[in-house]
Amino acid sequence: MSTTLKFTALLLALGLCRGLRHNYIDNYIDNYIDEVTEEEAELVAQPSKYGSLWPLPQKVQLSEVSFKLTSSSFRIVDAKDSTAGPSCSLLQDAYRRYYEYMFGIAKRQQLNKGRRTGPSELTELQVWITSPDSECDSYPSLTSDESYELSVNLPYAVLKAPKVWGALHGLETFSQLVYEDEYGAKSINSTTISDFPRFAHRGILLDSSRHFLPIKVILANLETMAMNKINVFHWHIVDDQSFPYLSRTFPQLSQQGAYHPYTHVYTPADVKMVIEFARLRGIRVIPEFDTPGHTQSWGKGQPDLLTPCYSGAKPSGAFGPVNPILNTTYDFMSQFFKEISAVFPDAYVHLGGDEVDFTCWKSNPDIQKFMDQQGFGQDYSKLESFYIQKLLDIVTATQKGYTIWQEVFDNGVKLKPDTLIHVWKGNQQQYQNEMAKVTSSGYRTLLSTPWYLNRISYGQDWQGHYKADPQDFEGTEAQKKLVIGGEACLWGEYVDATNLTPRLWPRASAVAERLWSAKDVTDINDAFNRLSVHRCRMVDRGIPAEPLFSSYCPHEYKGI
Amino acid sequence: MEVMFMVRSGRYTRLNVYLLILSILQVGLHTVEGVWPLPQAFTSSTERYPLSPQAFYFGYGRQSAAQQGCSVLDAAFRRYFSLIFPDYTDGRLHFNQDKPFTVEVSIDHDDCEGYPNEDSSERYNLGVSAGQASLKAETVWGALRGLETFSQLVYQNDFGSYFINKTEIEDFPRFQFRGILLDTSRHYLPVQAILKTLDAMAYSKFNVFHWHIVDDPSFPYQSSSFPDLSSKGAFHPMTHIYTQSDVRRVISHARLWGIRVLPEFDSPGHTKSWGKGQPGLLTPCYKGGTPSGTFGPVNPALRSTYQFMARLFKEVSSVFPDSYIHLGGDEVDFTCWKSNPDVRAFMQKMGFGSDFTKLEAFYMENIVNITSALNKTSIVWQDVFDYHERIPKDTVLHIWKGTPAKYREELGRITKAGMRVLLAAPWYINHISYGQDWRNYYTVQPQNFSGTEEQKKLVIGGEVCMWGEYVDATNLSPRLWPRASAAAERLWSDEKQTSNVDKAFPRLQDFRCKLLRRGIRAEPLYVGHCKHEYQGV
Repeated sequence: MSTTLKFTALLLALGLCRGLRHNYIDNYIDNYIDEVTEEEAELVAQPSKYGSLWPLPQKVQLSEVSFKLTSSSFRIVDAKDSTAGPSCSLLQDAYRRYYEYMFGIAKRQQLNKGRRTGPSELTELQVWITSPDSECDSYPSLTSDESYELSVNLPYAVLKAPKVWGALHGLETFSQLVYEDEYGAKSINSTTISDFPRFAHRGILLDSSRHFLPIKVILANLETMAMNKINVFHWHIVDDQSFPYLSRTFPQLSQQGAYHPYTHVYTPADVKMVIEFARLRGIRVIPEFDTPGHTQSWGKGQPDLLTPCYSGAKPSGAFGPVNPILNTTYDFMSQFFKEISAVFPDAYVHLGGDEVDFTCWKSNPDIQKFMDQQGFGQDYSKLESFYIQKLLDIVTATQKGYTIWQEVFDNGVKLKPDTLIHVWKGNQQQYQNEMAKVTSSGYRTLLSTPWYLNRISYGQDWQGHYKADPQDFEGTEAQKKLVIGGEACLWGEYVDATNLTPRLWPRASAVAERLWSAKDVTDINDAFNRLSVHRCRMVDRGIPAEPLFSSYCPHEYKGI
Repeated sequence: MEVMFMVRSGRYTRLNVYLLILSILQVGLHTVEGVWPLPQAFTSSTERYPLSPQAFYFGYGRQSAAQQGCSVLDAAFRRYFSLIFPDYTDGRLHFNQDKPFTVEVSIDHDDCEGYPNEDSSERYNLGVSAGQASLKAETVWGALRGLETFSQLVYQNDFGSYFINKTEIEDFPRFQFRGILLDTSRHYLPVQAILKTLDAMAYSKFNVFHWHIVDDPSFPYQSSSFPDLSSKGAFHPMTHIYTQSDVRRVISHARLWGIRVLPEFDSPGHTKSWGKGQPGLLTPCYKGGTPSGTFGPVNPALRSTYQFMARLFKEVSSVFPDSYIHLGGDEVDFTCWKSNPDVRAFMQKMGFGSDFTKLEAFYMENIVNITSALNKTSIVWQDVFDYHERIPKDTVLHIWKGTPAKYREELGRITKAGMRVLLAAPWYINHISYGQDWRNYYTVQPQNFSGTEEQKKLVIGGEVCMWGEYVDATNLSPRLWPRASAAAERLWSDEKQTSNVDKAFPRLQDFRCKLLRRGIRAEPLYVGHCKHEYQGV
């Protein structure tokens, strides 16, 4: 009864059965109608030789030699020559966080004061920031150096990184090397790792407009992003449905446009908290203020911003996209983006620009007149271009770079050469063509199409997400280099605080490994084994990451 | 509408319809329409009465067979007080000006210490007027349903004051059996997660918890007769088990909510985990002339098998008070039986030829006889009927397979044979897809198959199944709620009054916000918001 179980039984064999798995994995779709195998399914995933490392580092050397770790003697400390000292609170915070991940909230163990450490006990991890500017008090950026080297050996382990950003990733990796032996003692094997990301932009989009996401949920997911070496939080903060961003310059926007003006808004203090929480984890916060479409909620607090739609000769009372023919529109946008560029420290803002519906513009006589004046004829994409051009000038004046959804490029809007084009549409063939087109025009690009994680289906869809590669398209080496990364998108139509976290994790982890690890890391069996343990680790750290398949975690999720 | 949800190629496609619906929602549903599942018969008016937690009382009617000391109702009064007044934190009594409001409950039969069963009446009448509500029911179980309805009628205005409108309700369930299956074998569900699910079930008026407690992957039930079953067959012998006291806790919690606990011990297939702690129970599979080291279904050719089952079911039937036991009987794979020479010899001896369905029927017959002797009625998956039509007449068949056309056909065939039937096929809620799939669960018509009126009556209800391959405590609640609530209305309410899925949409949105307010992690149906969002992670 549990499904036409042939499929399930096969997946079980596929996912969990020793020996058989390799035969099945590549062609399991073809095989799944075959007889159920009578082989006994092992219920514990086979351990990977890489343990539970996720995403897999670029170079790993593991040895069988193991050391003990005890909460009473183990410390994470600054190396003597580190350029980031005790004043670097970003690292001090991270030391405490990772100590707690590894040992649980420290219980006072007074007994151990005088205890001598054993011969094979690792008592110290030294963190050594090597470049003159540790960037401890900066914000991470697209060009941040995230590399690190980790050597676990006696008398102490050393984590070397040019900048704090690499050190944060190295701490995560170190914590992933720690395991419990059969007596429950914390252990770590002698290891050498040298690591850096394949792509510089590894993002997750959360949508706080279709459903309001309480700050607590956003913070918990930033925490989880760090566990997966994701470094961009793309905050799709407003859209048609609601405007929760509380603007100092235009407080009416959220006063009128949020679901509720007090309980469903992000105050300046909230936004600041999110940005700092993210910074402490090496995560950039890129806000998206999508225009001229997707702006219904803007209209409530900013009269005359949106285009009045006409029915026959009269305004119908409905509104369309931002009105591109009024000077007041651009005055508003200048002031608004001036605020945004001050509030969000990242060098990029996302300007949206997708899915502009021309029906309303077409219906409006003033717009028709304007079209005639400008000589646009009936080509409304020219009007869209007109708007976007002016918007890009406005944003350029704030010293920010920008990202836009692919339509803006598709419609031939003139763009600055450093514009980032965000690809989100189509099937595999189509998005690969688009990537080729964008990069052959010399633009840098970001891929999201295969990673619309809001689209759910029954079964192990993470495998599909894992297999997509942003550089798989026809193009030169130079073109491939213009792919700066990708983003997993969790649009909010069906997602709020109740289901966001389990829907995102560990499915977004699959994307995280694709964007961090080397291109040839594609063994899906090995990925399954590592990811199963990685998801239990997230559960252990209090994150309700959902299961990949029938199995268990030593410590199940305790929430409800 | 349906198409609009399914065919969405764009990043987001604007649906102005929903903005409209949202604005309706914000006005709120303060009438009986706001009760989920919809009561059978009701009248309500816009006349409203204020309620105050400082002057609100539950009491027993003078003629009531149950009086103070009735465990089920005393506990329910405490629970519903907090559910009705979620903001109320002050436990001390105040003297103030508020006019008192009393809910007077009257019961015909004192069944306060019993368990709900298949015949329990859940009918109730509820009248709300100035200063009082009168709730009349034949049993405490009916009173529980009425209290749930009452609690859903109370609402708060923008200033936090509580109100209830003048209302008359006459209500009873359309189907006697309204169940939810949880699978604790594919993933272990902590007891807390089960208890929380029971709470949410009561909010949707579900009345059966079908506990698919063991299966191939693990055996978490700690048996007192055969402790090795869990010590060897659970994911972990100490942390991933249900002790006897866990089971008792689940049963007693369920009782207080008027929910039956129906255990399933599925055999002869789906028993891999049993074999670990009970050597000799499963059939050794052969490869060529020698055992391959792997095992198949329960070995039906050995006497020891039936001795073991008799002892196990004796224990199970005393641990679980419900008069029904689910025996499974689905998806038996014959490959291993075929490979085993002893099984083949047994087939010869019994004159089964090479028809392994006869062997399976033989096995199930023996198991059903064991449980009959223990005075339990059996429920089995439809497979058992499909290969074996001579099972005891009081056995209930559980339909889980196929498309609507297929399950309708099966409904017709089984009821034609005079057997009672439970429908689960359209409610495999573990199967997720993008969009508003609750609409499919809502529009099921369990009695829409060709058959006589007598046949239709043999449909005793339905069940929402949450199989556990991809579900554990991390995602169970949002996956279950409010999708299961869609089925709950189908199983409780009158089909004619609830045939319009678009009318149900704003009501269900409103109900899911009520669930959130009660701390149930119920996911959204579509864009929008609740006054009180979920505050966990």
